[in-house]
Amino acid sequence: MARKEKKRDVVIVGLGWTGSILGMELCNEGLDVLALERGGDRDTVPDFQYPAIADELKYGVRYGFMQKPRNSTVTVRRSESETALPYRHLGSFLPGDGVGGAGMHWNGHTFRPMAEEFQLKSYVEQNFGKDLISDEMAIQDWGISYQELEPYFDRFEKVAGIAGQAGNLKGEIREGGNPFEAPRSNDYPMPPLPQTVDSNKFADAARKMGYHPYPRPSGVASKAYTNPYGMQLGPCNFCGFCERFGCYQYSKSSPQTCILDALKRKENFEYRTNAEVLKIELAADGKTAKGVTYMDANGEEVYQPADMVILAAYQLHNVHLMLLSGIGQAYNPATGDGVIGKNYAYQTNGGTALFFKDIDFNPFVGNGSNGHVIDDFAINRIDFGAEGFIGGSYISSGTFNGQPIRSMRLPGGTPKWGAGWKSAIKEWYGHSMAIGSHGSNMSYHTNHLDLDPTYKDKYGRPLMRMTFNWKSNDIRMTQFMKSKIEPLAESMNPDIMQSSFKKEGAMYDVRPYQTTHNVGGAIMGSDPKSSALNKFLQTWDVHNVFVMGANAFPQNIQYNPTGTVGALAYWAVEAIRKDYLPNPRPLV
Amino acid sequence: MSEENFKLSRRRFLQAGAVGTMLSAGYSASAIAQSDTPHLSDYQPEYFTAAEWDFIVAATDRLIPADGEGPGALDAHVPIFIDRQLVGSFGQAADWYMEGPHDPNAPAALGYQSPLTPAEAYRAGIAELNTWCKENHGAVFAELEKETKDAVLTSLEKGDIELADTKGANLFDLLLQNTKEGYFADPMYGGNHEMAAWNHIGFPGARASFREWVGIEKPYPLGPVDISGKRG
Ligand SMILES: Cc1cc2nc3c(=O)[nH]c(=O)nc-3n(C[C@H](O)[C@H](O)[C@H](O)COP(=O)(O)OP(=O)(O)OC[C@H]3O[C@@H](n4cnc5c(N)ncnc54)[C@H](O)[C@@H]3O)c2cc1C
Ligand code: SF4
Repeated sequence: MARKEKKRDVVIVGLGWTGSILGMELCNEGLDVLALERGGDRDTVPDFQYPAIADELKYGVRYGFMQKPRNSTVTVRRSESETALPYRHLGSFLPGDGVGGAGMHWNGHTFRPMAEEFQLKSYVEQNFGKDLISDEMAIQDWGISYQELEPYFDRFEKVAGIAGQAGNLKGEIREGGNPFEAPRSNDYPMPPLPQTVDSNKFADAARKMGYHPYPRPSGVASKAYTNPYGMQLGPCNFCGFCERFGCYQYSKSSPQTCILDALKRKENFEYRTNAEVLKIELAADGKTAKGVTYMDANGEEVYQPADMVILAAYQLHNVHLMLLSGIGQAYNPATGDGVIGKNYAYQTNGGTALFFKDIDFNPFVGNGSNGHVIDDFAINRIDFGAEGFIGGSYISSGTFNGQPIRSMRLPGGTPKWGAGWKSAIKEWYGHSMAIGSHGSNMSYHTNHLDLDPTYKDKYGRPLMRMTFNWKSNDIRMTQFMKSKIEPLAESMNPDIMQSSFKKEGAMYDVRPYQTTHNVGGAIMGSDPKSSALNKFLQTWDVHNVFVMGANAFPQNIQYNPTGTVGALAYWAVEAIRKDYLPNPRPLV
Repeated sequence: MSEENFKLSRRRFLQAGAVGTMLSAGYSASAIAQSDTPHLSDYQPEYFTAAEWDFIVAATDRLIPADGEGPGALDAHVPIFIDRQLVGSFGQAADWYMEGPHDPNAPAALGYQSPLTPAEAYRAGIAELNTWCKENHGAVFAELEKETKDAVLTSLEKGDIELADTKGANLFDLLLQNTKEGYFADPMYGGNHEMAAWNHIGFPGARASFREWVGIEKPYPLGPVDISGKRG
């Protein structure tokens, strides 16, 4: 028999970015809020302190801050006919674990999508015709517009303390910003950071080719800053131990630096660590949740009743918990019925490396969000009809770290070991840069999530199974980026240049790190038949369960997700406060 | 900021660091641990048997040889690093999902699928490779000529020598990855002796403060420091 705890107004599952936002906003509303976090507690001091944090092996290579597959993982296959096998150690994506979630060890690239991305299906149909959307594609509109979300992007940027340069301020195009962005109501709360050698050279070359470079919007502070919750950030010192690490300087935007210390002071907030939620418990009629069951630090099962449940456990775990708890109907790719698990998508990236014998790049000087970006080949800049694909990318260059185990870029053909390798690392370390493309990934009927029939987790629950492969549309998109990046790279006259872009027939490989931008699986939309959540991130079937995270994306945007994840969280919590709490019911 | 001012502010920073060293117990403990690291020839392996140790010393010496500029794997104490990793959580696959069924014939792109931990894979793989060397070259790996060792490693890398006993784990990949880790990781893990690998490439180690050097296209003037506060 599970131990029963005192009932709460709200229980939040997961204390990363979205859990912290919802915790703060619902506490401000006067509710009694409990957050359950499966991992340990974590704060700048002692967990991110200098010098212990400057340890590439522990955090960069052995994934010290990330999810341990022994405790939680998925199985992966590339098609229905393959047998899915466990993702036994981390590689392709690195979900967070512990207070702060992936939000404490992320890079901080904080973008807004293009307005067109929220209505992608309609945009394609209206401008390029229905035929461009192939039968295997599952793209949808989000059921929400950029205009509706704009104030909430602004809110997230102020809380997270984003440094950047506006390109379109209320319709007025600003020099040095992104001229192709949708109008924003305010500039970024902080000016951009200074840039590294590679980033500046890229910007110069791009400008010469008539492109429009702008500094990457960064969750890395450029000056002293106090956010709306009274949390203080200090300027980044380009320590070069940023992504995969916690920031020892209070400079990187994270739940710790932007929200948690203010939240922990509230009497109506409580959080419990080492508390892994196993299931959301539904009332007999299945229309509301009664609370959650979790495993506490001592291995005892606890039943935690609550009036409302917020899932904020990261995309993968939100979908897994919904499948395990029977919230919404599981998606069946054979019939197209059901919604939980559909439209899983990822990110389509590529890049070109440039080697310069005589340039000192000092790659250890970097931060997680350093770099210049061009959006000249972004989603709203491409004639999909003429090019024969749907999608786009941002193209960028900048240095995040020069840690030698994982960031040793060498020209192709260099021996991987022996005397040739040893002399090459001296010759080339610090003498190269890269130009990357970071692109959209469409959703397909056959890329989806469900429960694995074979493999179980330590509690005996089925692991979630990911069925995912690269598709031709997105490969054409990334090959298009290659055709734009290579001439730009050539114009910089490198001694050696080499490209790496997916080619037709490429199969998903779980080994190399790609991105922790897993999206979809419990998507938002305007129709309960084709989406799991309504536009307020409320589950269609169980009205007191709201689900935060990139699981809401019907296909992946061309940008990093967290700007949108944060904006959606603020949008949803506003609806909860103003509309749901006075009269709890399905909001749509 | 000019280079001159940069050096001044850097000196202040280092002085502050030195005070930290004396105050923090955890900090000085690791500094002592490091100065206690035995020389490679005196090291008593914790995981490897004598025969395995001979293989690790001989193989890492070919993967990063001593010839030419910069330290070899043995100068950098890479074998000590690997031995320590294998008794630790990495070697035991403590963080990995190890439940069956295991498919040793799985596509490589689906990642590690062996039922063996890295420590077990080293044990099984070294034994089988030494047997192969005896059958094909008349002696265990460590006793072969340099050129033969390189040829064996190349065949192993290409998959021309298949080690069935590792049950799908790739000994060559593990060994090469761990060798490079031991070369470049902080010295507190037993390798990168005296930060020689960092000096070789010009990586300043745990300095982790470069605001004054952003966008400057000149070689960085300062050598490495490690986590214990030592300078290389
Ligand atoms: C190395 C790295 C770099 C990244 N860089 C960027 C970037 O530059 N830009 C960008 O936009 N995004 C980036 N991301 C992604 C970004 O971190 C995520 O989008 C963001 O953190 C998602 O917020 P979240 O609240 O959905 O999840 P998280 O912040 O991960 O929080 C989820 C929390 O829920 C907990 N949890 C999970 N399951 C349970 C359970 N059953 N019970 C209790 N608790 C549970 C987890 O332990 C975790 O703490 C990066 C990610 C990584 C790993
Ligand atoms: S690079 Fe800057 S923001 Fe990132 S961890 Fe270092 S000091 Fe913090």
